[in-house]
Parts: sequence; C-alpha cells; structure tokens
Amino acid sequence: MLNESKVVGLPLARIDGPLKVSGKARYAAEHFATDMLFGRVLPATIATGRITDIDVSEAERFPGVVKVYTYKNRPTVAKRESKWKDEVALPGYTMRPLEDDHVQFDGQPIAFVVAENFEAARDAAELIRVRYAAYDPHTDLLQEQANSYEPPVPRMKEFMPPKPRGDAEGAFAQAPHKIAFEYYMEGEHHNPMELFGSTVLWEKDGRLTIHDKTQGPQNSHDYVCNVFGLKPENVVVQNKFVGGAFGQGLRPKYQLFLAVMASLDLRRSVKAEMSRREMFYLTWRPVCLQKVSLAADAEGNLQSIMHHALGGTSRYEDYQENVANWSGMAYKCDNVKISYEIAKLDRSTPGDMRAPGAASGVTALETAMDELAYEVGIDPLELRIRNFIHVDQNQDKELTSKALHACYREAAESFGWANRSHEPRSMKDGNELVGWGMATGFWEAQLSEAEAKVSLSSDGKVVVSAAASDIGTGTYTILNQVAAEAFGVSPQAVTVRIGDSSLPKTSVEGGSWTAASSGSAVQVAARAVVATLLKHAQSMPNSPLADASEDQVEIAEGRLVLQANHQVGVAFADIMEAAGVSEVEEHGKVAPDPATMKKFSAYTHSAVFVEVKVDEELLIPRVTRVVTAVAAGRILNPKTARSQILGGVVMGVGMALHEEGMVDHRTGRVMNHNLAEYHVPAHADIEDLEVIFVKEDDDKVSPIGVKGLGEIGIVGVAAAVSNAIFHATGKRIRHFPMTIDKLLAEPDRH
Amino acid sequence: MDSALLGSGLPTCSVNISINGENRSLDIPPWVTLLDLLRGPLELTGTKKGCDHGQCGACTVLINGERVNSCLKLAVSLDGAEVTTIEGLGTPDNLHPMQKAFVEHDAFQCGYCTPGQICSAVGLVKEGRARSRADIRELMSGNLCRCGAYSNIADAIEEVLGAEGAQPYKEAAE
Amino acid sequence: MRRFDYTRAETVHDAVVALAANPDAQLLAGGTNLIDLMKYDVARPGAIIDINRLPLKDIEELPDGGLRIGALVSNSALAYDERVKERFPLLSSAILAGASPQLRNAATTGGNLLQRTRCYYFYDPSTPCNKREPGTGCSAIGGVNRIHAILGASDKCIAVHPSDMCVALAALGATVEVEGPDGNRDIDFADFHRLPGEHPERDNMLQAGEMVIALRIARNHFNRNYTYLKLRDRLSYAFALASVAAAMEVAEGQIVDLRIALGGVAHKPWRDALAEAEFAGREANEATFMQIADRLLSGAEGQGHNDFKIPLAEKAIIRALKQAAAGRPQDQVVKAIQ
Repeated sequence: MLNESKVVGLPLARIDGPLKVSGKARYAAEHFATDMLFGRVLPATIATGRITDIDVSEAERFPGVVKVYTYKNRPTVAKRESKWKDEVALPGYTMRPLEDDHVQFDGQPIAFVVAENFEAARDAAELIRVRYAAYDPHTDLLQEQANSYEPPVPRMKEFMPPKPRGDAEGAFAQAPHKIAFEYYMEGEHHNPMELFGSTVLWEKDGRLTIHDKTQGPQNSHDYVCNVFGLKPENVVVQNKFVGGAFGQGLRPKYQLFLAVMASLDLRRSVKAEMSRREMFYLTWRPVCLQKVSLAADAEGNLQSIMHHALGGTSRYEDYQENVANWSGMAYKCDNVKISYEIAKLDRSTPGDMRAPGAASGVTALETAMDELAYEVGIDPLELRIRNFIHVDQNQDKELTSKALHACYREAAESFGWANRSHEPRSMKDGNELVGWGMATGFWEAQLSEAEAKVSLSSDGKVVVSAAASDIGTGTYTILNQVAAEAFGVSPQAVTVRIGDSSLPKTSVEGGSWTAASSGSAVQVAARAVVATLLKHAQSMPNSPLADASEDQVEIAEGRLVLQANHQVGVAFADIMEAAGVSEVEEHGKVAPDPATMKKFSAYTHSAVFVEVKVDEELLIPRVTRVVTAVAAGRILNPKTARSQILGGVVMGVGMALHEEGMVDHRTGRVMNHNLAEYHVPAHADIEDLEVIFVKEDDDKVSPIGVKGLGEIGIVGVAAAVSNAIFHATGKRIRHFPMTIDKLLAEPDRH
Repeated sequence: MDSALLGSGLPTCSVNISINGENRSLDIPPWVTLLDLLRGPLELTGTKKGCDHGQCGACTVLINGERVNSCLKLAVSLDGAEVTTIEGLGTPDNLHPMQKAFVEHDAFQCGYCTPGQICSAVGLVKEGRARSRADIRELMSGNLCRCGAYSNIADAIEEVLGAEGAQPYKEAAE
Repeated sequence: MRRFDYTRAETVHDAVVALAANPDAQLLAGGTNLIDLMKYDVARPGAIIDINRLPLKDIEELPDGGLRIGALVSNSALAYDERVKERFPLLSSAILAGASPQLRNAATTGGNLLQRTRCYYFYDPSTPCNKREPGTGCSAIGGVNRIHAILGASDKCIAVHPSDMCVALAALGATVEVEGPDGNRDIDFADFHRLPGEHPERDNMLQAGEMVIALRIARNHFNRNYTYLKLRDRLSYAFALASVAAAMEVAEGQIVDLRIALGGVAHKPWRDALAEAEFAGREANEATFMQIADRLLSGAEGQGHNDFKIPLAEKAIIRALKQAAAGRPQDQVVKAIQ
C-alpha cells in the first residue's frame, strides 16, 4: 500500500486544465505541417448492395483536388485478416475501407478525396456520382430476431452466459409473485464532442508521426504498422488530448487508415476529420431486445430469474457484450437462467459504449425489479436489500469487496427516500406529478496489463511515462498524484507523459481500468526507484540505511529514510551523486493476479435515486434530482472522480429520455444523424446532481485499491428514471428512450 | 503574411478582421467559414468544430462582443468585425476569471467543448440577463457537453457572476 | 458546399436588382440556416448577396403604437427590446423558446421567416424529397416521420415549418413588408407562408427577386393574456413537436378577442381566424378551450410516428388557453409547465 495519504485522495484540479481552458490543448486534427493535404470521405447512401458505377471525374477536376481514392485505385495493403485485427477487434471480418464494390452498411466510406485545402476536399466529395445496385436492407431487430443466434466465436468467455443454476422455469411457475416483460432499447450513438480525426505528419525518411483520436495510441500504432507493413520504429501515434470517446475510440477508425494511406501514397502530410454525420456510422450501442422474468415468494425473496437478451450486430462482425449476466450476480437467487443471442443487421458493427452491456442489461433488470416490488407490494429499495448477496453466484467466487449496503443507506438518506409514498401518482408539486425511483448499478472492476516508467532526478523532479490515454477521465492528474505521493513531492514537481505509442505498453483506455492499472504500474515503478536508491545508498560508506530492507524505507522531504524513524536517512541527491547518476529510472508492470482472480470476483456498485416531475396533462418528463452513491474502492481524486460519475449520470438521462438513432428501415439509413435531431442532454435538462463515494477498502482488486469509475455512473440511471416515471404517473414504459409519444400512448397501469 | 492564405488561383475577397485585438488583412475565398479560417490557416485551434452546423456550440466565439457560432459565419462577411476567441481571453499562465473558475470547478472533462462553453459564458455574463441558476442553464443550452459537466459549468459561472457583482450573485460571493 | 460568387449589397435596391437578375442567387443575412443548408449540399446558390450592411436593423415606432421591425434586427435584439417585451411579450417569449443564445444573436427577423423545414429527408440529399427536388417523391411519408405535419399536409410533402417566432407573429397578425424589382408590397402574415399542396418547393409567397425588408405589428391588447407553450423532446435547444401561441382579450370571464396559432404541426404556422371569431363572446373556461382545440384539430391526420402529435397538440392548446386566460404565460426558463 501507499504511504499515508498526502496527495492521493486530494481534490486536485486537473493538471491539464489550464491548457484545456485556454484553447492550447491540441487535439488530433489540430496539428500542422507545411504542405499539408486534407482528406474528406464520401459515405455510401445505401445499406446493402454494390457500387455499379462511381464517377470521380468532376471531383478530380475540382480546383485544389490532388487525388480521389475509391476501391478501384486503393493502394495495396495487407490481405491477411490477422493483420487487420486490432487489440479489441471482434470475431468476423474487419471492415477494410475502400476494399471493393460491396456496400455493407449505410455510411460506409466509398471514396476519399484529398485536396490542398479543407474546403476543396469537402466540396469536391459532393461532386462524386455513384450508382448502386441496392438490395433490400434488413435493419429492424424486431424483424430479424427470427434469425438470431448464439455467437459461435465468443468475443470473451466472460460474456457468455453462465450455466443455468437450479430450476428457473419450475421455480417461476410455483412462485406466488411473478412478472415477465420485454424491454426494448433503441440504438445509441456516442457522439463525443470531438470529431474523429487524424493528422499524419510525413517525413522524408519515411517516418510517420500520427495524431489520432483514439483511446489507445499503441492500438492505432500496431494497426497502422500491420495494415501498411511499416516498421514499428518508424511510426509514432500520439493522442495527448482526446475530446471524449466513451468507447467509440477503442478501435481504429477509417479516417486513420485513409489518412495514412494517402500520406504514404502521396508522400505528404495528410489530415482527415469526420463530419458529425459520419460519427453516426461507426460504433454505436446496439439495439437490444430483452425478456426478463422474475419471481419471488410472499416476502419478496427472489425465487427465479430468467433473462434473455438479443443484440444487433453487423453482417461482417459479431459484436458481443455482457448484457444479461448481471442478472445472475446482482441478487441472491438459486434458480437462474440467462441467455444471449445476436442477430445480423445491414448496419455498421456496433461497439462498446459507456458500460457496454450493463447499461442496457441492468436497465432491464432494474426496471423489472421495480415491477416485482410493486407486484409483491414492498418498497423497491427494501426488495433489493432483502435479496442482497455477498458472493458472485455466477462464478461461484467471493467478492473482493461490496459496500453496496452503504450506497443504499447513504444515497437513500441524502435523497430522503424515507419520505416516499409507495403508491404511483401519490406525490404532486403544482401541476406536476412527482416520482421517485431507484436502481442498483453494477460494473466489473478490472485490472488490465499496464506498464509505466518513473524517473526521479537529483533535483527532485519526477517524470511518469506510459502509453495511457486521458479521454477526459483525469489520467494525467491521478498518475501525477500517485507519483507525487510515492516520492513525497508536490504535484508541481511531477511531469506526466502519456498519449504516445512509444511509451511503456498500456492497454486501450476502456472498461474503467486505467486508474487501477496504470496507477498501480506507476506505484510499482516508483517502488522500484526507491529500491534502486536504497541499493545505491547501501553502497555509500557508513550508510545509515545499511541494514534496511526495501519495505522499511520511504522517501520524505527529499531523503530516503526509515519509515519508522525519519531521522535516519540520506538525501537522495547525495545518493545519486555518490552513485554517479543524475536520475534513477525504473519500469513498473502490473497484470491481473491469477491466484486472486481464481478465488475472487470484483465489481463496482452503485445506488441511484432519481426524482422526476411530469406534467399531469402533458406528460413531459424532466429529471429534477439525482443522487448517486458509488462504492469503487479507493478514490484517488474526489474532484475528477465526481465528474466521471456526473458524466455517467448525464448520459444515463439521455439514454432514459432522449437518445435514439432513428432508422428508416426501408433504406437502412439513420435519419437523425446530427446533433439537432439526435438529442443528447443539454444544460437545461440537467438540474441537481449529487455524488457520494462510500468508504470501501479493497486490498485485492488492484495494488492501489482502486476499482475505476468510467462506466458505473451510467449504470442503473435509465432504470431509476423509468421507475420514477412509473411512480409519478402509473405508466410503465419498457421502450427506451421514454419519449413523450410513448408516455402519451401508454395507459395508466395503476 | 496574411494574404492568399488558402491557395493561389482561387477567387478571394479581401477583408480586415480584428482577431483577439490584432488586425488581420486577409484574402479569403468566400466559402470559408470563420471557424475553418481560425482552425486552419490562422492555426487558432482553440475554437472547436463539434458539428459544423450550429447544433453544438463548440465553435462559439465573440463577434463584436456577442457570442455566435463561428461555423455558420462566412469569414468574408465579417469585414471590419472584432472577433475574440478563447485564445484572446487568457493564457495558461494568465487565465481569464471564467477560465480559472472552470479549472477550479472541474467544469470540463475532455476539454473539447470547453472553449465554446467559456466564450459562451463570457457572453452570458456580458449580457447581464442571468439571475438564477435556471437562467444559467437555459442561457447555456446552446453549448452541448457530452462529458456531462453541466452542473460544474453552472457552478463556475455562478462564481464569476458573483465576483462580478451581478444580482443576486453578489451576495453569494460575499 | 457549391462554389458561389459573393457580393455585398449596399442598398436594398441593389440587393433586389441583383437578386432579380440572377435566379441562382440567394440573400445572406445571419446565415444560421443558409450556411447550414449549403454545408449539407441542400442549398446550392451560385451567388450570395450579403445584405448584412443594409440599413434594416432598427425597430421603429408606428403612429398607432405598433412597431416596425427591420428585417436585419437580430432575434436577440428583438426578443429583449423593451418595447417588444412590454407591447408584444408573446413575440419575445416565442423567440426565447427557440434555438440558442448564439443562434439568436446571429439570426435575423427576415431570416427567421425564411428558414426551411427540419424534415430529415429534406436535409439529406441522398433521399427523394419534393421540397428539395420537385417530382422525386416524399420520403417522409411512410418513413421516419415523428416530427412531421398533422395539419395541412399533402401527398407531396408532410414537412413542418420550424420557427417559434413565426407562430407568435401569426397569432399577432403581423404584416410583412417586401421589396421587389417592381417596388414594395405588404403581405399579411397569415398569407406569407403557404401549405405544400402540389408545390412543396415553395415555402412562402415571395416572388422572384423579392426580399423581406420589415415586419409591422399593430398595437393590440394581447400583452396580458398570452402565452407561448412549446413542447419538445429536450427541454431546450430543440425544435417544437408542437407549440401554441395563444393570446386573448378577456372581459368578465368572456373571450372578447382570441388569437391562437400552432407551431410544429404544419407547413406553416397554423391559424384559423374564422374559428377564432366564432369563439368571441364565449366563456373563457376549459369547456370552451376543449372546443377550440377540437375545432383547430378537426382535420388533423397522423402519419404513423407522429400520431401522438394530435393528442399532444390538443392538450397543449387547452393548457395554453388556460395559461393565457389566467394571465400566467409560460416561463421559458423554468421548465415546469404553468
């Protein structure tokens, strides 16, 4: 464990803050070179079919245009599928831009215009004439469920449903209280504010420096090297600042491929940036149809849980996520049956979006739990508490920690849950019906493989390096804090270098694992620096630390000292001088511990309480208050941690009330592909939000006791909003987002 | 240096625009927006492109003191105008009070919508119409933040309004 | 964006002459809709005539106490003008219900009248659209049409007019002043926008070469009993699913004069002056308001996804009339519906 907290745990303002608020932080498409070219994609306008003719002559003649690429003139690239598989690729055939005349989804890039300036590329792309032979698109999951299947190649074995336990059907049949409903979630789109972009800086010696919008610079780096057959040492990918991603930046995007392709072909620097419309075409939270059946005895003890989930995927890849397994670990129940299938659609491959799987699956489970509470006739919070479980029944493992009781208690108290009246339509404020709803949230606490390099120089300056990313999550700041604390220096003395593929190996920034993984790697590296210092100190004549072991020393006020007695020690500047070095640098590496993983499961937990107000006549819902309590182990920085949860809650409000890609199934085209008609929450939609971090000590989940926060904030929010709407109106909406048309159409169920 | 920024041989118009207090004489083709002028030839990338259609507010700048979406302004139409971008408000070492408040209140995460939020907030303070938190929320609704920093943004703006002595924020600040 | 020639007009006359001389030309004012449409390749003007320097930025007093609003007055300047707030608060409220402060700062009065529909298909040149390309068909019929018209649509087009400001102007009975190559003329606001019929490509009654130079609103007594009630998916920065501009004069519980216009439901702000007249003298109560809603929506027809707009508009009309009768206009900041 770390020393007694000094910097870690403080609400430090982001160290990258001044750059971001002054416009000096440069994002992927904000780098320059002389002689730079600009690329623009032409997306397909059919969902399935073939290109029968593509006429680029007018575009090629357009002033400023250098070259127009289509499948007809794409330079040679890797053929073997293994070369196209990125770090988080899916089972199936990876989309290869400009591969051939086949169109497999609306918005597929079919031409890339490269020009001397942005406007020429943008405007010439509109002059390309395309003729298609279009086939009938199949994009409606409800229609395609007849062709659903269990994924033949699992993306991860953890995503596969656990074996059934007990007799779920039998127990359901016999139980006195039961509910069984279908829940439908429309597809969602990440829409980070920054557009996907890549700037490829080409140098005469063939080296490329690429600024890419990605959650993993090494993932982009390896993809580029593999696909184009480049030497790894000749390519550097940087993502020093990432304007949001939420999972959409895990896999390399086509603008990266196209910009590198054109740069290598034309031997010039190339910049390519997507339009907002294109942001809707690749990687989205899939449409999802779920059936949840719950049964309980007279006291509300769960007797049976059955959860079937069906998600959409593309023709060419099997996207999979853990939608339904949560239902087997959330509550105590001995009769459980979970199944998961996918169905092919003529759309682009879905991808991970904030809390992939859980955001959809827990919404269905936690709405169903509310339905069961009303069926049994007990308080929805009480139903959860009665079915609390201290182990992971899915995997038959212990939990590293679960301070969920504290979440329930502290959030309920702050929210004032005790003042709730149980009956729907029983609370009012003026013209508005008031509803209070709650839900539990779950997410995996994961540790990924991560390395870091830490150096301490004789003047007390610390440099931390890792190929980690800060996508708004606060990575710069928390790695700084971990290092500052390890050496007892101020955060100002620490420089954090991340967002560069040439730095020590780190997994993509996803799954909420960066803080735990890279933070731990920094700590391990820092301890290694201390060990080296000790070795050097012990080589000094008459060293006061001659008999000390590594775990007996620490750094305090510029000296390597005995933990037990700070009087005994040596200034590390003196140690370095004696050793003839000006700095000490060490690597640190962490990976999941197989022994721990065999015995324990690790999850973050939350309790979400939501107040909605719904006009009694007009049924316009608005979320007026959200209290979220989170148990996520150790909190490195309460300020940035809180922001992560706020962000999850806001996205959850969007999921509940607004967000849906509207597909015209006649053409397979998303029609509201812009930010005016795809509604993400605006300022006016977000009122009072409160975040509580409950105390949770966990010495097994990661070396620094951190569980991660990127996903948990969204999980359960849509269910809590749905439950609050039911409480307010007596209307149970099982189709998300819960827009006004659905509220108007739904009869009062109460 | 400012002439013929966007390639030779194209029809251009000559305009004079003051950008962050500096007079720029520019020859610009008419189809270049202010946003693309800033982010491209002028390398003032603090102004962000989030949608390019006036639907997100990331490109907000102040034109003659008023907040406007720069993506929907043709640069040639701004002859004689005064444009202030995020770079004109403050620098990392000398932040504008609004920039400072955004840092203190963690009013951003990824930072991409942030310059637009800040320019918009500076415009809002100047307009002098925000009297309540609900006013701030409504009058900042033209700036989307996908990281969901809205409540922190409102906190930051309230602090600046209080420091500026705007009613009723003066009391809160005192 | 297509290439275009750019010129600045120094006088209204120059602008009108240039516009009349070139059928491929369009006027540029605030640009908030035109530049947007050009970037989507929906608008393809060969020439842009920048009218931002024309002297049309004033709000002038009329002898009757009404106001004459120059076409280039920004939406913000208009909404926050003290005279407008006092005499025509319905107009101010409707403007502030729309768009965002940034857009309102740039958008102009004339431009607001001329903004095009938000129909998904109109905005997407890869799809057939009679408004964008006459004769190609209407993709919204049978397509994604949640935001489309329930009144006055044709089998050629079911798009709706997106403005909030225009709904208030319809209710207030404004007059549009236009100038063309042959001089000036006035158009009643009710006649300015048109229904799609056989020619959805035409949004309004402007003739070739004509431009809007001002609006006139006569003094009226609708500054106490009025409201603008806008219902939308998101609580701000979203187009109306349905909106109601309602105003009335009430005396001793009776409606003396009624004005009501609907937004988000038709190809133009929807107003039925005959119906309004019929309700003069009736009790200003819920029963009457229900009859007004019935009357206004008597021809309403859904397209599938937008069927909900019929009950939504009905409830909105009744509620807005209650707000207006009670002198309790909808606050555009506080999101609870009054």
